[in-house]
Amino acid sequence: MPAWIDLHFISLLNGLAIGSLLFILAVGLSLIFGMMDVLNLAHGVLFLAGAYAAWWIAGATPSWPGFVAALAVAGAVGIAAGSGLAFVVERLARRSHLDQALLTLGLALIAADALSAGFGDDVHTINPPPGLDVSVLVLGKTYPVYRLALIGLGAALAAAVHFVVERTAVGALIRATVADRDMVAAIGVDHRRVKIVVFAVGALLATTAGVLGAPILGARPRLDDTALVFALVVVVIGGLGSVRGALIGALVIGQIDSLGRDLLPDLASFIQFGALAVVLVVRPRGLFGAATGARS
Amino acid sequence: MTAPVLSCSGLVRTFGALRAVDGVDLALPAGARHALIGPNGAGKSTLFQLLAGGLSPTAGRVSLDGRDVTRLSDARRARRGLGQTFQHSSLFPSMTAAENVALAAERALGAPWSPLPRHRPALAERVDRLLADVDLLARRDVPVAALSHGECRQLELAVALATAPRVLLLDEPAAGMSPAESERLAALIHRLPAEITLLFVEHDLDLVFRLATRVTVLHLGRVLVSGSPEEVRGSREVQEAYLGTGRREDLFLPAAGATATAPDDAPAARDASAESP
Amino acid sequence: MTPGRRRLALAAVLAALAIAPLVLSTYGSVTLARMLAFALLAASLDLLVGVTGLASLGHGAYFGAGAYTAGWVALHVSRSAAATLAAAAAVSAVVALVAGSVAVRARGVFFLMLTLAIGEIVEQLAQSWHGVTGGSDGLYGIPAIQLGGATLTDARWFTWFVLAVFVAGLAVIACLRRAPFGAALRGIRDNEPRMRALGYNTYLYKLAAFVIAGTLAGVAGGLFAAQQRLVTPGDLGMASSVAALLAVIIGGEGTLWGPCLGAAIVVELRDVLSSSLGGHGSLVLGVVFVAVVFLLPGGLARLRIRTGDAR
Repeated sequence: MPAWIDLHFISLLNGLAIGSLLFILAVGLSLIFGMMDVLNLAHGVLFLAGAYAAWWIAGATPSWPGFVAALAVAGAVGIAAGSGLAFVVERLARRSHLDQALLTLGLALIAADALSAGFGDDVHTINPPPGLDVSVLVLGKTYPVYRLALIGLGAALAAAVHFVVERTAVGALIRATVADRDMVAAIGVDHRRVKIVVFAVGALLATTAGVLGAPILGARPRLDDTALVFALVVVVIGGLGSVRGALIGALVIGQIDSLGRDLLPDLASFIQFGALAVVLVVRPRGLFGAATGARS
Repeated sequence: MTAPVLSCSGLVRTFGALRAVDGVDLALPAGARHALIGPNGAGKSTLFQLLAGGLSPTAGRVSLDGRDVTRLSDARRARRGLGQTFQHSSLFPSMTAAENVALAAERALGAPWSPLPRHRPALAERVDRLLADVDLLARRDVPVAALSHGECRQLELAVALATAPRVLLLDEPAAGMSPAESERLAALIHRLPAEITLLFVEHDLDLVFRLATRVTVLHLGRVLVSGSPEEVRGSREVQEAYLGTGRREDLFLPAAGATATAPDDAPAARDASAESP
Repeated sequence: MTPGRRRLALAAVLAALAIAPLVLSTYGSVTLARMLAFALLAASLDLLVGVTGLASLGHGAYFGAGAYTAGWVALHVSRSAAATLAAAAAVSAVVALVAGSVAVRARGVFFLMLTLAIGEIVEQLAQSWHGVTGGSDGLYGIPAIQLGGATLTDARWFTWFVLAVFVAGLAVIACLRRAPFGAALRGIRDNEPRMRALGYNTYLYKLAAFVIAGTLAGVAGGLFAAQQRLVTPGDLGMASSVAALLAVIIGGEGTLWGPCLGAAIVVELRDVLSSSLGGHGSLVLGVVFVAVVFLLPGGLARLRIRTGDAR
């Protein structure tokens, strides 16, 4: 193996792991915006809620039932929160997209403060569930199994989402709505029901990502801000409404973050901004963004 | 012969498989009063956007005063003297009629970058004169949101004229106007200085034949006929394009490699019966 | 309100602000100074949001850049008020120029996302650049600034100084709003494609607005650093960006004094009343914000106008 890859193999794997997590988080945000022009600024706090759920329900050293229960609770919270957000945002359907985004921001502020009140300001760390809390040898290096599992899960989810979006009737509906929302409404699809479903699924993915990410990132205040920004950068680079874009964007950002920290730790921020700037200058709609949206 | 003020050659614009503009040549001399007509879907709006710079062509060139402006943005073409109005009034809703016109006039004749508020009576006078020309002086301090549709169309014209353009593209200026308003608009366009070169799209054919000295008919992205109003009015191809034909085959362009199918027998039968003794 | 009445109201408010340090306690004066600095930040953001129609969620980056610069200059170079504020303005202008040249190419929610990302990246930079910014500890022990040789340790004199800079900054904004430059920005907000069709180079206008707003935010940051004598990465991240946008929306975007009022409310809720609200100042702020978005589109500044119209 080339010496360079050998030296930075761990970073490459970390990049894949973070990228997988980012994909799960960002694909929901991308679809919510692509389908409804709503920028869900509460996406980060949903992630944080999932992380806190993992800590609160599964505890610092979770058992498998505990971890699964955390996933279930986080999932339920996600669906409920997503539907609630859809309902509230719908009341502002006639106002500007900025007002709708600001509404989600206000709700995110309230939720973040509530989480802080409930769980305190401490940083909580969680271990992976038993069996996944060990390391294995990968090409001569030891590496945590949990992160490998995360990579696998991300790949499986990407395949599943790809299948649903490209091969099913529901997926066709999603693609059609992203391409031309008004036309889809004109053929009789209930717009509001679609909104609720997409929001709920997007929020579900966000809280799930929070639980899955907890063994790596823990649960602490301000994690919501970080998660939101990363998700936004992924979505901007990958293009809004594109699943493929979310995947490529997530992998790219994951690698940039991981390798950036490894190679040039002081300049990591610059590299991220640089990547964002380059993509936007070359392709303003993101790598896979819809060229013409319903409201371009 | 002097170079045409506005011209395009071989202009093509495709959207995927659709050739909205399919090789259009146009040349407007200074002071022209040139109308662009054609049935819906002919590509008139797309052609306008290509000329004005809002859309970039797939192929072909656009020239202003003999200089190639194909790669220039709409803002830069506007700064070179190209003005336009829009089919759906494109105004500034938070401002009054006078402020709308002032915004346009400032760019061309004032100091649009000035960071200091100044009282410029010359500019204010020009704004009032433009508003008077379109019969909107009485409504100068009314916010755009409170203007009627016809008044908005008039304001649209005043805003375009405020930049003192040398070439003016009017996209359906009379759209949605009552006959009385159309009449006023026709008189207004008639009063425009002779030096301004005018290209306008209109569906109101009375207006077209009244104001235009040359007419170009667009059909399916191509120039069907280009000539004087009388020539166009008498052209059979134009009639067929607008009114349709008895022959379904004519609705579809022949696919590459296929020969045109033999026409249906209806006209032939008529001819034949006329010939038979 | 007629222009005459408006001028009277303005004079009254300025007089009240000028007298306030004489009447308020030290804590009150300090709070007033914080509010004035934050109000300048909010007013500068409104130049983007209300006047140009560019909603930014990353304005804290330039506020923070100015704060860090002012603090660093005071610690290492000079305590002169002019030097610190001038340096703050210069650095934040440069940062705004670099960020703006990229951000301003986008529109609407894209712009919002970009500015948010840029703000977070700048905060991360402040966290990691130990040598200059002190990392997560920040810059502390910033000395009091000096004006004309005298050190401004007295709360009253300091507040008057902040008031003077605040008034100057607002005067700049008011001037621009009324000038052809401001009219062009409003035109871009209303209908950017039409502005381009008229020949305006809208990219340059938006970039100019972005840089001016960033520079004024940097000056506000300089005032903040001089008052708090401590600058941490949190001061330039999402927290201050969001707070500034909240102030603009609650107060009323597009009006000059609305964002200032909103700033006072935000500082009051977040800093002053927070302890009496059980430390939940942010939550109350969030509730107020949601209420304004739902019930008072246009913010508090437009409240009277809306109830006055019987249309």
